Amino acid sequence: MDETELRRMSTGHVFCVIAVVLSIYIPTLFLDDFSFLGTHLSWLCICSLCVIIVHILFLLTLKPNASSKKSSLANKFNKLTKSCIYFLISCFLFHGIIVLYGAPLVESVAETFLFAVLLSSFTTSRCLCLLGPNFPAWVRVFSKDGALSVWDHSLQITTVCSVVGAWLGAFPIPLDWDRPWQVWPISCSLGATIGYVVGLLIAPLWIYWNRKRLTYKSR
Amino acid sequence: MKVSSSVLACCCLLIQVFGMMLFIRGFFPAPVRSQSRKSTSAQIPPEPATAGASSNWTTHPPPLFKKVVIFLIDALRQDFVYGPKGKEHMPYLTQLLEKGTTHSFIAKATAPTVTMPRIKALMTGSIPGFMDVVMNLNSHELLDDNVIWQAKQAGKRIVFYGDDTWIRLFPKHFSEYDGTTSFFVSDYTEVDNNVTRHLDDILRRNDWDMLILHYLGLDHIGHLTGPHSHLVGPKLLEMDTVLRKISIALMSQEEDISVPSLIVLCGDHGMSETGSHGGSSEEEVQTPLVLISSAFEKKGGTSKLPEIVQQTDIAPTLAISLGLPISQNSLGMLLPQTVEHKSMREQLRFFHLNGHQLCMLLKQNLEAYEKDDGVELFRKAEKSHGNWIKLYLEGNTSETLTNLGKKVLKQYLEALKNLSSSLGKQIAEYDIYSMSIGAVIALEILFLLLLSIPSALSSQAHFDVPLSSPLFSLLFYMMCLVLSAIHVIVCTSSEKVCFFCSISWALALGIMMFISALSCIVLSTLGKMLAKSQCHNKKQDSTFSGWSELDLLLLIGTLGHVLSMGASSFIEEEHQTWYFLTNTLCLALAQEMCRKYFLVKKVNLLDSAQDEESKNEGLYMDKIYDTHKKEMKEQTIPLLLQFAKHYEKWIALLSPWAILIICRLLRTLNQTGIQWIHRPDFGHWLTSSEHKAELSFLVAVCLIMIFILIQGRCSFISKVALAFGLLGVYCYRAAIGHVLYPWSKNSNSLSQGITEARFVYIFVLGILFTGTKDLLKSQVIYTDPRTKSVGLWEVYSGFILLAALLYRPHNLVVLVFCLLMQTTLSMFIWNLLKHDAAQITIMHYWFGQAFFFFQGNSNTISTVDISAGFVGLESYVELPAIFLTMFATYSGPLLWAIHLLWYLSSETNRFSTTVAHGCYCYAVIRSIPVTVYIILVTAFRYHLFIWSVFSPKLLYEAIHLFISAGVCVMFTAVDKNQISKSEN
Ligand SMILES: [Zn+2]
Ligand SMILES: [Zn+2]
Repeated sequence: MDETELRRMSTGHVFCVIAVVLSIYIPTLFLDDFSFLGTHLSWLCICSLCVIIVHILFLLTLKPNASSKKSSLANKFNKLTKSCIYFLISCFLFHGIIVLYGAPLVESVAETFLFAVLLSSFTTSRCLCLLGPNFPAWVRVFSKDGALSVWDHSLQITTVCSVVGAWLGAFPIPLDWDRPWQVWPISCSLGATIGYVVGLLIAPLWIYWNRKRLTYKSR
Repeated sequence: MKVSSSVLACCCLLIQVFGMMLFIRGFFPAPVRSQSRKSTSAQIPPEPATAGASSNWTTHPPPLFKKVVIFLIDALRQDFVYGPKGKEHMPYLTQLLEKGTTHSFIAKATAPTVTMPRIKALMTGSIPGFMDVVMNLNSHELLDDNVIWQAKQAGKRIVFYGDDTWIRLFPKHFSEYDGTTSFFVSDYTEVDNNVTRHLDDILRRNDWDMLILHYLGLDHIGHLTGPHSHLVGPKLLEMDTVLRKISIALMSQEEDISVPSLIVLCGDHGMSETGSHGGSSEEEVQTPLVLISSAFEKKGGTSKLPEIVQQTDIAPTLAISLGLPISQNSLGMLLPQTVEHKSMREQLRFFHLNGHQLCMLLKQNLEAYEKDDGVELFRKAEKSHGNWIKLYLEGNTSETLTNLGKKVLKQYLEALKNLSSSLGKQIAEYDIYSMSIGAVIALEILFLLLLSIPSALSSQAHFDVPLSSPLFSLLFYMMCLVLSAIHVIVCTSSEKVCFFCSISWALALGIMMFISALSCIVLSTLGKMLAKSQCHNKKQDSTFSGWSELDLLLLIGTLGHVLSMGASSFIEEEHQTWYFLTNTLCLALAQEMCRKYFLVKKVNLLDSAQDEESKNEGLYMDKIYDTHKKEMKEQTIPLLLQFAKHYEKWIALLSPWAILIICRLLRTLNQTGIQWIHRPDFGHWLTSSEHKAELSFLVAVCLIMIFILIQGRCSFISKVALAFGLLGVYCYRAAIGHVLYPWSKNSNSLSQGITEARFVYIFVLGILFTGTKDLLKSQVIYTDPRTKSVGLWEVYSGFILLAALLYRPHNLVVLVFCLLMQTTLSMFIWNLLKHDAAQITIMHYWFGQAFFFFQGNSNTISTVDISAGFVGLESYVELPAIFLTMFATYSGPLLWAIHLLWYLSSETNRFSTTVAHGCYCYAVIRSIPVTVYIILVTAFRYHLFIWSVFSPKLLYEAIHLFISAGVCVMFTAVDKNQISKSEN
């Protein structure tokens, strides 16, 4: 267990949390009638953009997968396009799953799709930054006892937390309270965001707590 | 005493059914009624008198109106008359309301807003109990005291045209009648024309005293297209012209008769925003009530909002209007506006009669009735009434007399209001004692089931019932003693009617002994478990971490569903819960599948120790293929198998997604629940008359698909029977006009399809008979497990055929998809992922629940498809109708349960205990929600939505529990054989 690695990861997580929080407050300075509930669609765009940018910065500054060797420019470009395609695929996949869960097919397509984008920016973009467009590696990380490093663990925790948060977020929708946040997809995106933030905060703590068991396992 | 798990589960569920019945008996209170059944004019009280002067008016007052027309429009909502729609489409009525001699009210109906209880409320003035809704399927004669009976006794001639529910409620009461059936909901013109065509004749004649018209068209329009449909306007206009016709005819007659006549325009219930009714929303509850008579004072043209009254007030008003005794069970109060034009003495007399009747009713239903506010007020009013009479008889005619009269009137009105409300309170009383006995039984059974999980799901699959533990004797007798003492105390002290006290003491003692025995068993099992767990404390840690994500999901889902029943919206929208859970389950299966195919190799690279395991797995897979191959060879479809084996990986990977897509499609077929029911769905599109050709094609394809999907595992005879049966289903649908034959474009000769339906019934019985015969054969001759599997499959296909006959035609899609899903799951998922019996049972249960809602069911009474109970029957026959309706409603869960039985018993060559485990799990998973719901309902018994949301759900749960107990009996019957075989 590398203490410095853990510290670097925690700082990265803090930045992610700050990005999410700022995405709610900063736009009110520039845009007039912006509010989380009122103009939810624009918030969805802004939040996903912020999170993706922070993840890319993360990749550039902290270099979590340091083992990858320096590669040529063409290779990098190739990787970039591949990542974009992966991201798009994941958006459509999430969209499909959300529709399967009962979201209307034709009505409010924009809402559903932007929610899918938000989910993919919480999950897929992080995977892309940490693991690269390398599908076998993803499968390895998301299988039982497949995590080999601190980063893998944090990835597991945040991804699961965001997805579970979105899943739980669907629960208040059938209630007859008539609150503005029960409108599709606000409660779900709220759930996903809260799940993501909680995941970010929990991951370092959980890893710190289990550090002995983890070092044993990763060998 | 050692008991096999399946026997234990079966017994537990049966006992729980008993507990549930006891609970329901206590929960649905008997309605307030008086002991003597019908009031007669001999019981009429004289006018109150004071010392010194006594009135000579002891007879019943004469009728106020010569003729009364009750003009009942089904599902007439308040705003159809008073709102903008009424102003636009009912010009004559609007004119009457503004300038004519009318009194207008909003009459509030009580839930359940269904036609039959509302008619009862209108005619008896009482509030029928919730159980009347269930009896709506079966409207027997109304035996309570009611206006119609009284009118007939008084020698009045009553003419009735309209909904034939009335004729069933009041047989032989009408001197002339013509009933229209509300059975064909899609018809909204013919039903009303059948009423209107008699009008000209009857209005010309003069030989009747009471005319009742019940128009159903508006209700049918509501059910078909909702309250905002373009059909509503013309229908209201039609009703308006009918009203004009009646009103003008009566007025022309009045010129030569001195006594005026009365028209009562009312609705039985309203209509929700989706067009249905049954609940207690404002739209469903508020109905208009307009009294039209030339005797009333002309209105000044000021249109104020109509006063809100109770629907039960109509009955006493009608009784007084017709000069009849007020029905004994009536809770209502006379509407003072109707008697305004009468003299003060008569008015006071009417209110005195009404108050007296309410007091008598209260006296019979409340022990401490003398202390009731209403009764005290009434006594006071009666006294001042006596004083007034004295003054009146003395010939006083001064101003003070009128003022005093007005004061007495006010006193009477207040007293009546109080009496009415305290009677209303009586109705909501629960029989807590019976309820708690039922709840205790259910709870103890649940504890027993939960505590015996470890041993019942062990490899031996039996449970040791500690009948002779040392604790047993002392504790048992102590508990018996205490409970009997409680019983005596409760039953001697309670003022209210209590069901459990009314049963014989020997039976009560037996039940008490049973309860204490159960609790002793539970306690000693708990003690044993604690002792055991102290020994193996360390072992338990590892058991929890061995849980897969699927186990966790199944556990969380079950618990989550149970908890969700605490919120009324989650009960209304329960289908969402199940769709959500099954969806998540499919995703979990997809993830497991991915892991199986993509990950096994990776792990192998890392760890060579797992190599062996995968080798074993490979061997196991080969074995599965072999068995499949054998099976399939016999079924002569090797081509499909070849394909399946070749692309097994991809088919297996895709199958969860296919199931997900099927679920999504089924969701759009029938919208249920409350919030989203108005969304357009595919089912409505199909059943609308313009799409008959599409529906016919779909039905034909579905029937063929059903045949293809189930014929494979049947014997030859049942295959043939199945084909004929499915053909018969199409003929039946064509005969009643739901689908078309390709050769005849428009068939006008509609029948009830009785011959066709009976033709199908014969094949259903035939297939069930062969299936049972095969099962029995396999029970006697132990050699052939295949016969048993075939037998079970035949029973299953018999039920499928019955469901195909009973389902609404567009729902055949549900049946086909059900079969498709079951085939996919059993061929590609459960076999490959090696789930154990418990997991498979829970998954079956979840899918069964989801299919319950896919069929279009919900937790409100209004979605029960009553027409299923009439298939193949000429008239209403109670037992088959109830059975068929119940089967059609619960066919989703039932078919999945039988499929589970078939699947598990075909798995028994792997583990001999699968059926026992499955049965046990099924019992546990049914028992948990039922018990928790009983406790929740007890806690929520004063909740606002108790009648509209929680009570229907309780009935649904009770019937589901009853059916599950039947399923468990089937499981046990099949499993018993298995155990004796393994012993051999
Ligand atoms: Zn009705
Ligand atoms: Zn209706």
